Amino acid sequence: MLAKRIIPCLDVRDGRVVKGTNFQGLRDMADPVELARFYNDSGADELVFYDITASAEGRGLFTDILRRVASEIFIPLTVGGGIRGLEDFDRVLKCGADKVSVNSGAIADPSIIAAAAKRYGDQCVVLSMDVKRVDGQFRLFAKGGREDTGIDAMEWAVRGAGDGAGEIVLNSIDTDGVKTGFDLEMLDQLAARVKVPIIASGGAGNKEHFAELFTHRGVDAGLAASIFHTKQVDIKELKQYLRGKGVEMRL
Amino acid sequence: MTAIVDYGVGNLFSLSSSLRSLGVETVVTCQEETLRAAERIILPGVGAFGDARAKLDETGLVPVLLEEAERKPLLGICLGMQLLFDRGFEYGEHPGLGLIPGEVASLGEDLEDKTLKIPHMGWNSLEIVKDDPLFRYFKDGEYVYYVHSFYARNCWDNTLGVSQYGNVAVTGAVRRGNVWGTQFHPEKSGDAGLRLLRAFAEL
Repeated sequence: MLAKRIIPCLDVRDGRVVKGTNFQGLRDMADPVELARFYNDSGADELVFYDITASAEGRGLFTDILRRVASEIFIPLTVGGGIRGLEDFDRVLKCGADKVSVNSGAIADPSIIAAAAKRYGDQCVVLSMDVKRVDGQFRLFAKGGREDTGIDAMEWAVRGAGDGAGEIVLNSIDTDGVKTGFDLEMLDQLAARVKVPIIASGGAGNKEHFAELFTHRGVDAGLAASIFHTKQVDIKELKQYLRGKGVEMRL
Repeated sequence: MTAIVDYGVGNLFSLSSSLRSLGVETVVTCQEETLRAAERIILPGVGAFGDARAKLDETGLVPVLLEEAERKPLLGICLGMQLLFDRGFEYGEHPGLGLIPGEVASLGEDLEDKTLKIPHMGWNSLEIVKDDPLFRYFKDGEYVYYVHSFYARNCWDNTLGVSQYGNVAVTGAVRRGNVWGTQFHPEKSGDAGLRLLRAFAEL
């Protein structure tokens, strides 16, 4: 059977990996290529790179990094951040990305999902969504979690999967950065609504949180950043621990 | 020299980089003479069976591949593997290259547990059912990376390895004579995949 996946996420700004708490307070952390190599050696199942650069100059640095990572690390690479049209898909795929994640770009222009799925295949299109509870509803947020779109997040996911998104990353703003565990309630709701693989993001603080996550059958992967970057949780140890708990893991 | 057939489907960056990282001299080509001169050939592919077959036909390379497969190792990867079979049933029925007997059918239709997700995407363990030089550096049960919704079936005599998904033993690796195929992506399967490519490059 398919193994559950452990995915470290690298937020890259101006050529460096950074990590903040609750979408704010960014701190400089490490060299992305070195970190990617480290994660590959530790048994990461996939890597996600988010380009959080604003400038064109930074964007150039980002694609250079991507090309370097893709030419020496041979596991699936997903790239997100600043993806607004097919030309952005093209740019990062040519640099070695396997999947492209869209978030605000799809909110601004929802047709990008169907267009990209048609050109590159569903497996290539990842819908990433930042979601927060507002007035008893799961609400979709844009612009790195700063702007409430007023859109029902579950409806948005159903529509995205219908349009051809092959995978969904659900990032809970409510649990992001606070390390009290994944947002299981939110994830269960999503799993009941869509059939595509679901990647859980936001809230991982220790290895027990992953064990708890994978008791929820609809979740395929767990994504985290800071706990891996700070070496608070070692991926190799985590995967051994999870296998001991009966979770299928690639070791 | 190892030639990767470029017929306009999919991204060949990872495949060529992975071979280069192993020190294998690699060229991405759609030229007949390069394929004729190569020591071995890789047929990649992503997308749909019928489209890929049509694009391969447009290159005029099909007769070249069929002839060269008689004299040198050929490896089909993912959709490239599927094209090696007699026919595919993705969006209608399409002829394959007929290098390996069998057909390519919908995985979703053959799964009894309809809650299992399609595509079959992620890491699955490859169970070796027939030993082969391709597995020279590969251990039984190692995990490999899959992304596909169709799979090869009725090809048991030439099957080298399978991965279990629900009730279906997904055809993971095949061989008939000089022709090998992997449904998974060795170029995305980490160290295990690189070792498999190394073994192919040494054939």
